[in-house]
Amino acid sequence: MIIAEQKPFEEIARMVEIFDKVLILGCNECVTVCLAGGEKEVGLMATSLRLLRKQGDRPIITLEETITRQCEWEYLDQIEKLAEEAECIISMACGVGVQFVAERFPDKWVIPALNTKSAGGSVKHGLWEERCGLCGECILHKTGGLCPVARCSKRILNGPCGGSQNGKCEVKDVDCIWDQIYKKMTIIGKLEQLLEIEPEKDWSKARDGGPRKVVREDVMIYE
Amino acid sequence: MSEFQPKIVAFCCYYCAYSAADLAGSMRLQYPPTIRMIEQPCSGRIDVQLILQAFEDGADGVYVAGCLEGDCHFLKGNYRAKLRVAQAKKILDDVGIGGERVEMFNLSGSMGPRFAEIAHEMHEKIKQLGPSPLNKAVASGQLPAASGSD
Ligand code: SF4
Ligand code: SF4
Repeated sequence: MIIAEQKPFEEIARMVEIFDKVLILGCNECVTVCLAGGEKEVGLMATSLRLLRKQGDRPIITLEETITRQCEWEYLDQIEKLAEEAECIISMACGVGVQFVAERFPDKWVIPALNTKSAGGSVKHGLWEERCGLCGECILHKTGGLCPVARCSKRILNGPCGGSQNGKCEVKDVDCIWDQIYKKMTIIGKLEQLLEIEPEKDWSKARDGGPRKVVREDVMIYE
Repeated sequence: MSEFQPKIVAFCCYYCAYSAADLAGSMRLQYPPTIRMIEQPCSGRIDVQLILQAFEDGADGVYVAGCLEGDCHFLKGNYRAKLRVAQAKKILDDVGIGGERVEMFNLSGSMGPRFAEIAHEMHEKIKQLGPSPLNKAVASGQLPAASGSD
């Protein structure tokens, strides 16, 4: 899923400063699971903003809604009325959701409440880790299902580097993923596969090649 | 103007603080009438929203009273409550109400005197801090009383 975390409250409060009636919009998918922008967080954000603004001479009216997915038009259609009522929309979705909201409601000011961090998962309660770097051409079959693109600090494809010490990375306080790849390949009896030199990656398939699109003609609906 | 009498909401776990309050009553121990008790099935029922809501609805202080650590009837409710109170403190600081207005206490059902003591402690603390920023305006007659969410 997409991992995000809330921006500092102060920043959000400043972005909302000039508005008196806002729609705080949550998303029921990834950001609900990573506890950043689901129904609960929408409630907390709304109450926090009201508490702050009640102390001054400019109280704020908060409309609250959480939809199935902010990254899909059909769910955004459901909030048309609410959006109309509000002066701005605080989106508590990932950057994708924020952009879909902005595009669906072109005359509305949209404010992102979260910082979108990574594609990853929850490894235990309260801890989310990056797992995929969205490189566009997966090589996990060569690395025992462990991604060096997202999880090696240097993104090297023929690791480990000389800085791998007792399973730890020399760059950051993380486990050296190449150490783990080595161990995994040993367990599954595929160690010799690591002797093959992995050629340079075609980064044009990643973000370096510009914005990417996926097209599926077979599921397109023609009028 | 009359002396400031705070409004303090005490979220009390049924198994400890709430029973301790009963005990304090039967022991005829006095504690300040500024404490408004709300019975909870467990301190783990508390979430941050509940605490914020209390302030929005006009509280000057809030505390959560749960069982002694290790003694929660639902095993970990009071540890969770502790973390949530810490989170509520952070948010209350962020929004300018002040995190020091919310506290967590641990006691057992047999600690009637401790219950009264906590009530006194909290009463004195909030009295010192003065009205919540939301109620200051009310106290000086500028705004209508703080009301709940819309
Ligand atoms: S190799 Fe590429 S697609 Fe596969 S997990 Fe890593 S970053 Fe993601
Ligand atoms: S120590 Fe391991 S994870 Fe860190 S940069 Fe080197 S190979 Fe990558």
